[in-house]
Amino acid sequence: MTVRAEAYPEPLEPYEEVREELERTWEQPPGLWHWLRSVDHKSIAKRYIVTAFLFFVLAGLEAAVMRAQLSRPENHLLGPDAYNQFFTVHGVTMMFLFAVPIMQAMGLYFVPLMIGARNVAFPRLNAYGYWVYLAGGLFLYIAFFLNTGPDVGWFGYVPLSGPGFSPGKRADVYAQSITFTEIAALAGSVEVIVTVFKNRAPGMTLNRMPLFVWAMLIQAFMVLFAMPWVATVTQFLAMDRLVATHFFNPAEGGDALLWQHLFWFFGHPEVYIIFIPALGFVSSIVATFTRRPVFGYPVMVLSMIATGFLGFGLWVHHMFATGLPQLGQSFFTGASMMIAIPSGIQIFCWIATIWSGRPRFTVPFLFVLGFVVLFIIGGFTGVMIASVPFDQQVHDSYFIVAHFHYVLIGGAVFPLFGAFYYWFPKVTGRMLSETLGRWNFWLFFIGMNLTFFPMHQLGLDGMPRRVYTYLPETGWGDLNLLATIGAVTIAISMVIFVINVIVSLRGGVLAGDDPWGGETLEWATSSPPRPYNFPYIPVVTSRSPIWDESEELPVVTGLRTDVRDVLVTTLLDAEPDSRHRHPIPSIWPLLTAIGTTVLFVTLIFTPWGAVIGTPLFLLGLLGWGWPRGRDKWEQQLVESEA
Amino acid sequence: MSAAGSLLTLVQQSHSVLNPAGPQTRMIDRLWDAMYLTSIVVFVLVVGALLWSAFRRRAIDDPPQTPAREQSLKTVVAGATGLTILVLLGFLVYDVAVGRQITRNPGAQALQIRVTGHQWWWEVQYRDSIAKDWATTANEIHIPTGRPVALELRSTDVIHSFWPPDLTPKRDLIPGNVNSLWFRADSAGVYRGQCAEFCGQQHAKMGFLVIAEPPDRFALWLARQRDTAQTPTTDLTRRGQEVFLGSTCVMCHAIGGTPAGSRIGPDLTHLASRRTIAAGTLPNTRGNLAGWILDPQRIKPGTRMPPNQLSPADLHALLAYLETLK
Repeated sequence: MTVRAEAYPEPLEPYEEVREELERTWEQPPGLWHWLRSVDHKSIAKRYIVTAFLFFVLAGLEAAVMRAQLSRPENHLLGPDAYNQFFTVHGVTMMFLFAVPIMQAMGLYFVPLMIGARNVAFPRLNAYGYWVYLAGGLFLYIAFFLNTGPDVGWFGYVPLSGPGFSPGKRADVYAQSITFTEIAALAGSVEVIVTVFKNRAPGMTLNRMPLFVWAMLIQAFMVLFAMPWVATVTQFLAMDRLVATHFFNPAEGGDALLWQHLFWFFGHPEVYIIFIPALGFVSSIVATFTRRPVFGYPVMVLSMIATGFLGFGLWVHHMFATGLPQLGQSFFTGASMMIAIPSGIQIFCWIATIWSGRPRFTVPFLFVLGFVVLFIIGGFTGVMIASVPFDQQVHDSYFIVAHFHYVLIGGAVFPLFGAFYYWFPKVTGRMLSETLGRWNFWLFFIGMNLTFFPMHQLGLDGMPRRVYTYLPETGWGDLNLLATIGAVTIAISMVIFVINVIVSLRGGVLAGDDPWGGETLEWATSSPPRPYNFPYIPVVTSRSPIWDESEELPVVTGLRTDVRDVLVTTLLDAEPDSRHRHPIPSIWPLLTAIGTTVLFVTLIFTPWGAVIGTPLFLLGLLGWGWPRGRDKWEQQLVESEA
Repeated sequence: MSAAGSLLTLVQQSHSVLNPAGPQTRMIDRLWDAMYLTSIVVFVLVVGALLWSAFRRRAIDDPPQTPAREQSLKTVVAGATGLTILVLLGFLVYDVAVGRQITRNPGAQALQIRVTGHQWWWEVQYRDSIAKDWATTANEIHIPTGRPVALELRSTDVIHSFWPPDLTPKRDLIPGNVNSLWFRADSAGVYRGQCAEFCGQQHAKMGFLVIAEPPDRFALWLARQRDTAQTPTTDLTRRGQEVFLGSTCVMCHAIGGTPAGSRIGPDLTHLASRRTIAAGTLPNTRGNLAGWILDPQRIKPGTRMPPNQLSPADLHALLAYLETLK
C-alpha cells in the first residue's frame, strides 16, 4: 500500500463542458428566495450545524448562569422558578436542539461525500426536517423568553409535569418542542439510512464503507427505533394535559412509572445516538493523523453495532431507586456493564492504531487524545452506577451530573470539536488556526475537568441534582466555587473557538482539496465541494480509496448532466442498479414545515388545533409533490428517453 | 432548645456516602472503595498506553503496518478485551451479592415508620402497637440505635426520593405506589438527608434529619410524641392558642388535643421538640419561626404556606404558645 501523505492530485480532469453543465443543472443561485428553496445536503447541513451551534452557545450561557447561582450557598441570582426553567431549557436544548441535530447534520454533510453520492436520497425531506427543527427551537426559546420555559426537567417526570402540578403552558412547551425535534430527527435518520443503502458509489460494498458512515448508519437506526417512544410519551403527556386522558394519573388507573419506562426506553439510547457519531469522527481523525487505516475494522464495526443494540437494554438503570424488583434490576446491571465491552474494544483499537501509526499532533488529534482520557473517566463512573446498590446511593446526585458530562462532553463534544477542526477546510476551503486551536483545546480540557471532576465529590457528599441553592452548613460551597471557575474557563475556550472561526473564514490559510492527506472520498473533491459533489461519481475498490489508488480514482461515466441524474446501487455490494431523477429545489418543504408548526403550536391551546393545522400540513404535502415547471420538463425528458 | 444549640447540631450533622453509619451503607462504601481503586489502576494503564503509543520514539523507516505487527496487535487488543470482561464479571458478581445483602428482610422486630412525601416536607408517622393511633411528626425521624427500621414510603402529590446518605441508599416515594426500605443506625448521631428526586420549586429545600438515639431515649421521645399537646397554662399562651385557632393556621395544621386537625401541612403537636423548621431549612428558633410565619415565601419561594399578617402582640402570643408544644 502506498500512503499519500500530502495533497492528492485532482482525481480526474473533468471535461469543462461536463462541469459547466453540472453547474447549471445543480446550481444554487444566491439570494434569499433560492436559499429558502435549497435542497442541497451541504447547505442544509451547514444550516443545521450553525443553528445547533447557536443553541449550544445559548445552553452554555444558561449553564454559566446556573454555575454563577451555585457558586456560593444561599445565592440570590436566580430564584427557584427561574432556576428550574434554566436547568430544564439547558437540558432540552443540549439534548434535542444541539447534540442530536448537530451529530445528524455532520452525517448529512459528509455521508454523501464519503460514499460518492451527489446528494442525500430525499432532499426535500431533508429541507423539511431542518425547518421543523428550527421551528421547534424558536418555539422553545420564544416561550423561554416569555417566562413560559419548561420547568419540569428535560426528563419531565409525571405527575410533576402533569395537569395537577404544572398549571400553565410550561410543560406543554416541553412536550411539544420535543415533538418538533423528534420529527426532524426521524427525517434525518431516514435520510441517512436510505442514502447509505442505495446511493453508495459503485464498488463501495458494505465492508468497504468508512467507519464514519457505519457510525452514522447505526445512529440513524437507533434514532428510528428510539425517537418514536419519546414522541409517543410526550404526546400522552400533552393529551393528559389537554383532554384529560389520565395515562399517568394513578387515581384514574394510570401509572406514574409508565412515563419513566417509556421515556428512558428512548432516553438511554439517546446517549448512544449522541455518542456513536463521535466514534465515527474519532475513527476518521485517528486514521488520517496516524496515516494508517483504523486497526481492526471488522471489530470496530461489530462493536459499534453491539453498542447500538445494547443501548436499548439499559433503560432501567435510570430507575434503580424506584423500587423495582431486585432480580429484574440485576439484568440491567449486567447489560449496563456489558456495554463497556464494545467501548473498551473501540478504545483498544484506536490505541493500537496510534501505536503502529505515525501520529501528527494537530488540533483534531489533540481533541481525540482528550476524548479518550475524558471518556474513560465517564466510562468508569458509568460502570460504577450500573451497580444497583451504589447507584441507589449516588442516583440523582451531583455524581451523576459529573458522570454524564464526562460522557457527553468528553465522549461527544470533544470529538465534535476535533471534527470541526478536521473538516472545516473541506466545508469552507480555509484552515482553522492551529495556534488558537491549541488554546481552545487546552482551556476546554482544563475547564472541563475543573468544572465536572469536583462534582463527583459533591455527589458523594450528598448534594442532590436540580437544586437552585443549598445551605451553607452542607459544606458544598468550596467545590461548587471551583466548578464555577471551571465553567468560566470553558466559556473562554469557546470564545477562542468562535474567534478562530471568524478570523479563519476571512483570512485562514487556503486548504486545497486535501490538506491533511485524508483516507476517504470527501478529500477527492474540491473544498468547498460544488453542489453536485463530484464531477464524476467515483468507483471504489478498497476501504481507503484515496490512499490505495496510487494513480487516479476510477469513475463512472454515462450519467446525464442536463438533469439531476443520480446513481442507485444495490444494498450489499453497491453494484449499479438504476438511475434516479433527483428533485429540484422547492419552497414547499418550508411551507409544509410552517403548516406543521401551526398544527403543533395550536394543539397546545385547543384540541381544535388538529382541525386547523392538519389541512395546512396536508396542503403543504400536496404542493410538495405536485409536478410543475422544470420538474415536469425533466420528467418528460426522462420518459421520452425510456 | 437554645439558638446556639440548634445551630451547632445543624453544623455537626453528617451527610455523606463516604461516612457510613449503617450496615448497608458500609457495604456500599466498601464496594465504592473497590471500584474506585480498580478505576485508578485501569485509568493509569489505559492512559499510559495511549500516551506511550502516541509519543514513543519511532525509527525513521518504521513501517505502520506489517502482517506480523498486526498479528501481535491483535493479541494485545484481544488480551485487553478479555481482561476487561473478567474485571466486569467480577464486579457484576460483587454488585449482585451486595444488592442481595442490603435488601434482605430485616425481620419482625423492625420498627415500622411511615414516611409520606409532600411538596415540600416529610410527614413521619409511627405506628402504635396498642392503640390504632399514629404518632405523627414532620421532617425529623427519630430512630433507636441498633434496631432495624422499616420504612413505608408514600407520596400524595409528586415523586420524591428519600435519601439520608450515611444510613441508606435512596428510594423513591411514588404516588400510587407504596415503597419499602429498611436500615439500621449503629451509632447515635444526627444524620441529614434531602429529597433526591426533582419535585418542583422547593426541591432544594426539602431536607430532613434522622436522629439516632439509644433505645431508652428513643422510647421516651416516642412516648412524648404520642401525647396530645400541653394545654396552655398562662394568659399569654392561652392567647396564643386563640390566635392559632382563630386564624388560617388551622386550615392546614393539626395540634393534637385541640380542634385543629387538618393534615395538609406538618403536624405541630410537638413542634417545639423539633430541631428545624421549613423541612430542615432553618434552626427552630423563635426568630426563625417568627420570620417563617410572617413571610414563608421569602425563605422558601413557592412554598404552599401563605404569608400571615399578625399584629406584634398576636405574633408574640402565638410564638409563646408554639414554644410550649414540646
